[in-house]
Amino acid sequence: MKPLTAILAGIGSTLQLLVSAAGYTPTLWRQRARFIEQCYLIGYTTLPIVAILSFFIGGVLALQAGYSMSNFGAKQFIGSLVGLSMARELGPVMAAILLAGRVGSAIAAELASMKVYQEIDALETMNIPPAKVLVLPRLAAVLVMMPVLAIIADLVGWFGGAIVSKYTESIAIEPEAYFSVLRRFMVFEDVLNGLIKAEVFGFAIVLVCCNIGLNTRGGPREIGAAVTRAVVVSLILILVLDYFVTKALMHLQS
Amino acid sequence: MTCNPTRNPFTHTETAAVGVSIEGLSKSFGRFEVLKNVTFSVAPGEIFVLMGPSGSGKSVLLKHIVGLEQPSAGRVTVAGRDASSEATRAQVRMALVFQSGALFNSLSVYDNLALYPREHQIADEAAIREKVMRALQILSLEGSAHKAPSELSGGMKKRVAIARGLVMEPQLMLYDEPTSELDPVMAATISEIIATLKDEYHVTSIVVSHDRELALGIADRVGILMGGELISLGTPADLRTPADPRVAEFLYPKIDLKNPRFKKLET
Repeated sequence: MKPLTAILAGIGSTLQLLVSAAGYTPTLWRQRARFIEQCYLIGYTTLPIVAILSFFIGGVLALQAGYSMSNFGAKQFIGSLVGLSMARELGPVMAAILLAGRVGSAIAAELASMKVYQEIDALETMNIPPAKVLVLPRLAAVLVMMPVLAIIADLVGWFGGAIVSKYTESIAIEPEAYFSVLRRFMVFEDVLNGLIKAEVFGFAIVLVCCNIGLNTRGGPREIGAAVTRAVVVSLILILVLDYFVTKALMHLQS
Repeated sequence: MTCNPTRNPFTHTETAAVGVSIEGLSKSFGRFEVLKNVTFSVAPGEIFVLMGPSGSGKSVLLKHIVGLEQPSAGRVTVAGRDASSEATRAQVRMALVFQSGALFNSLSVYDNLALYPREHQIADEAAIREKVMRALQILSLEGSAHKAPSELSGGMKKRVAIARGLVMEPQLMLYDEPTSELDPVMAATISEIIATLKDEYHVTSIVVSHDRELALGIADRVGILMGGELISLGTPADLRTPADPRVAEFLYPKIDLKNPRFKKLET
């Protein structure tokens, strides 16, 4: 298959899977055990790594900004720079990248393995649609957990920035001053922007990884190939969507 | 194609038995033609055994019957309905016992069996438990209910897959190599289960197998598939003295130590 045809086929099958899964939404309450299990896997197990990474991203932001801003006497504004960067961009993007690496790869591996070992075929012969029992609970769970991950990424990132700002000699800004500037220059829309982005990224990652897993063909070797493809496509998708969602949100706000 | 009633092994309620019709079925994967103009039908309540060498297209044919593959040409109908339609799967209870078992690795043996009735809300949890335990008992698997599939041997996985099929209370049961990897006693038990499902419950069965004893012992009719073509269709009695030398060679191969087959292949 030519690359363009393959991309179009991939988009088509992903949208088809989305429509199919959405059609089973009324069954979600009956599937609450699966939904809760997925919330645990997507949210709880990803939380520690999101927190660690966000702390250091906030810290590095403060360090770099402090170094540059000290040169022209603007280091007191570090709080607003770290706050806005984390809330509008880095919080949701980093949470999405970690989701792609940790959860997306696991979803693709699990579903690809189920496909290769005929578990998906068995579900279909039992008239149990994979879109209903495997895709819908994951999509619902990511919609609930992704904003939580993004908010925690923001908070921990801000905290990381504050710690670095206080204990770096060349910056030496007290947390009170740091958070005061952060509060003064940030509005609710900044955080909301980030949450909308996080929802879009998370939903797209899980949908794409489910689709790649379910469309795996061949033997066990293809499971590894599916995981690689899922992570690469997810990372590209995050950055492409980031541009378009940012543009759309800016357009809406203006 | 309908039908004598199928009496359910668990509830003893009656539903219509179903037949299968395959007309001019051809299937190609790329340039490779796996099935070539295959035509036969299976009557409601019949046991049809499909035999043939490895790679002759038997499993692909089974997948067409349950709608997992689309024909390149021809038509497959189950109970008069197009087999590839999702509506057919919703209306006709079909169970396919995969050669590998295809058990859900993330679920215990018990949950593997309970999945179908739970998803389709066929019964309450107590009734599901009764059905599951009965199916496990029939297959001598009572002690494995809470094991994970990864803890089972190949033969046990196959028995669990058959038990999962039984819990579905099928009108049509398809088996892909049900007796491979089983010891002779368990293989005989599986043959007896297939025969009992026909005699007592009128379940239509299509069995893909290399097992000559099973085919000649329980089949109503046997088809031989070679190179994607159905080269023989008849009763077990017909196969005891096959007219076609290819069928005779396949069913009753002679071990010739003086002139071994692999030496023939070398030349």
